[in-house]
Amino acid sequence: MSDRLQSNADTGIPDAAGNGLMDRRLLLKSGIVFGATAWLPAASANPKPEGTPAAGFARPKWMREPGREFSAYGLPARFEQEVARFAAPNRVMRNNGTSWTPLHLLEGTITPGGLHFERHHNGVPDIDPGAHMLLIHGLVDRALTFNVADLLRYPLRSTTCFIECGGNSNAGWNRVPSQSQAGYFHGLVSNSEWTGIPLGVLLQEAGVKRAAKWVIAEGADAFAMHVSIPLEKLMDDGLLALYQNGERLRPENGYPLRLVLPGWEGVVNVKWLRRLELTDQPAMARNETARYTDLQADGSARQFSFVMEAKSLITSPSSGMVLKGGPGLYQVTGLAWSGRGRIKKVEVSADAGRTWAEAALQEPILPRAFTRFRIPWRWSGAAAVLKSRAIDETGYVQPERNALIAQRGRHGFYHYNGIVNWSVDEQGNLGHVYDEVAAERSGTPAIDADWD
Amino acid sequence: MMKWRQSAAALLLLTLTGIDVPAGDVAAGPGLGRPAPADLIAAWDTDVMPDGTGLPPGRGTVQAGEVLYRAHCISCHGERGLGDSGDQLAGAKMGLRDEWPEKTIGNFWPYATTLFDFIRRAKPMQTPGSLSNDEVYALTAYLLNLNDIVGPDAVMDATTLAKVVMPNRDGFVDAWAAEKGTTP
Repeated sequence: MSDRLQSNADTGIPDAAGNGLMDRRLLLKSGIVFGATAWLPAASANPKPEGTPAAGFARPKWMREPGREFSAYGLPARFEQEVARFAAPNRVMRNNGTSWTPLHLLEGTITPGGLHFERHHNGVPDIDPGAHMLLIHGLVDRALTFNVADLLRYPLRSTTCFIECGGNSNAGWNRVPSQSQAGYFHGLVSNSEWTGIPLGVLLQEAGVKRAAKWVIAEGADAFAMHVSIPLEKLMDDGLLALYQNGERLRPENGYPLRLVLPGWEGVVNVKWLRRLELTDQPAMARNETARYTDLQADGSARQFSFVMEAKSLITSPSSGMVLKGGPGLYQVTGLAWSGRGRIKKVEVSADAGRTWAEAALQEPILPRAFTRFRIPWRWSGAAAVLKSRAIDETGYVQPERNALIAQRGRHGFYHYNGIVNWSVDEQGNLGHVYDEVAAERSGTPAIDADWD
Repeated sequence: MMKWRQSAAALLLLTLTGIDVPAGDVAAGPGLGRPAPADLIAAWDTDVMPDGTGLPPGRGTVQAGEVLYRAHCISCHGERGLGDSGDQLAGAKMGLRDEWPEKTIGNFWPYATTLFDFIRRAKPMQTPGSLSNDEVYALTAYLLNLNDIVGPDAVMDATTLAKVVMPNRDGFVDAWAAEKGTTP
């Protein structure tokens, strides 16, 4: 509504939406300076910087002595130790559970290998690649095995895509809004460049029989985790990944071989892959029946709900942060992604969804991959609610939480992609709220299922 | 040996079966796969399908299963499968449509065969793959009995287990089939 928009005296360009959301083109204007957004717990945990220029303009300590020697494998700066995964293991079986990518502490779109989220059902296997092989059998003309050394001789291809656990963001189903930092609530999603062999090449080498419709994929972990996948997905864009972000897969991400099925829920991107069996029907495995199915209000459960629908999240400022600079200009930034293709648009609201402004999208915008969005915001110092919503190239619009619950009920556990609200109070502290804050504060327990 | 790139007929076949092969994928790789020995396939393929295909010889009773449950499972899954650090397996007080639904084997799992497959491949967590087929049948029998699916004198084997019909057999909606317009 235009009467809510106010002209910005500094720029002469009208605001793009209410409560101070500015035109995204102002990001390109020279001289724009944003206020500092701090993550308070992290800032206080930082080691005290050495070499503060107490002695005026003298050379700092690190310019008065040689730096350290070379390292075989570099590590992050010692001042960045809080940029870490948050592990949430089962309390008895500590190798079963999840660890979360700190999305709120990262920029850009590529997740560093050591920060990729984890979901292990019984730990990370220590696989000797020389003793590992992939078996393709079932409804094929000839059952084949492939050793890792031979697989490395195939023509490789890279694809950049997100992998998102089907259970990511599932605290969103809770009655009470989680106050975890954004990554420890929504960080069972990461984005990497994966390099490997198109599955179609290997399946064609084995010879796909006409009756084959499904592929049962099994990992070489202690869980022997297996799931059923429609054959056409593997043929369309399935990748047998050997590399992640340029280096061989990390053990936590499936070393030496994993399936990458762009846009599909994490569990079908089977890690430590050792077997593909072509069949005419799904196995009805535990992880496609008892788990990774979406219970609905009528008691039925959605099964084989593979595609991760469009979603977005403001990563900064976000829950637990504070607008340290007081009222003024801030950069609102976040991530959007869709399992159905490219992100077409991300809209941001600073007035709890009454008005929306289009954010700038960082190129390149890749299908089924993280897309970074940014928009300038002039915070007045009053309470505000920040939201983002993603729209993908199919026209799908990320739903409000209430709409998602109306459609799916409260106990889906998986596939939560509702719009996230970050509240800002007069002191600049950010928290997480639902649209109907009062009605939801019922004191009922948090999520009623765990990750066994 | 037929290669896809050499066979227009093969490509046509794929098209007919609805599999879209991007042009770039038709190029065959170097062909380094080795014939898989039958005994390797037999050893690795432990899948049990919902119709019972893959169930091995062997048998187990509810009584034997209870002894095994107490030895291997109770520390995480609790007394009579009521759950602890591990899943609740039985004894749901809340149904799937209730305000706080409890999903257990008895009220949620659509196939009993899944139980055998899962126990054999993944349990017990500390020593997966260590149970004999008789032991897996026994644990399956015990857990089905806890859920009032089979009686206390039930004996599970490849024939009897394949015949067990779970209460929630028709409780699932195939979202992929719906999406593809091929709802069975």
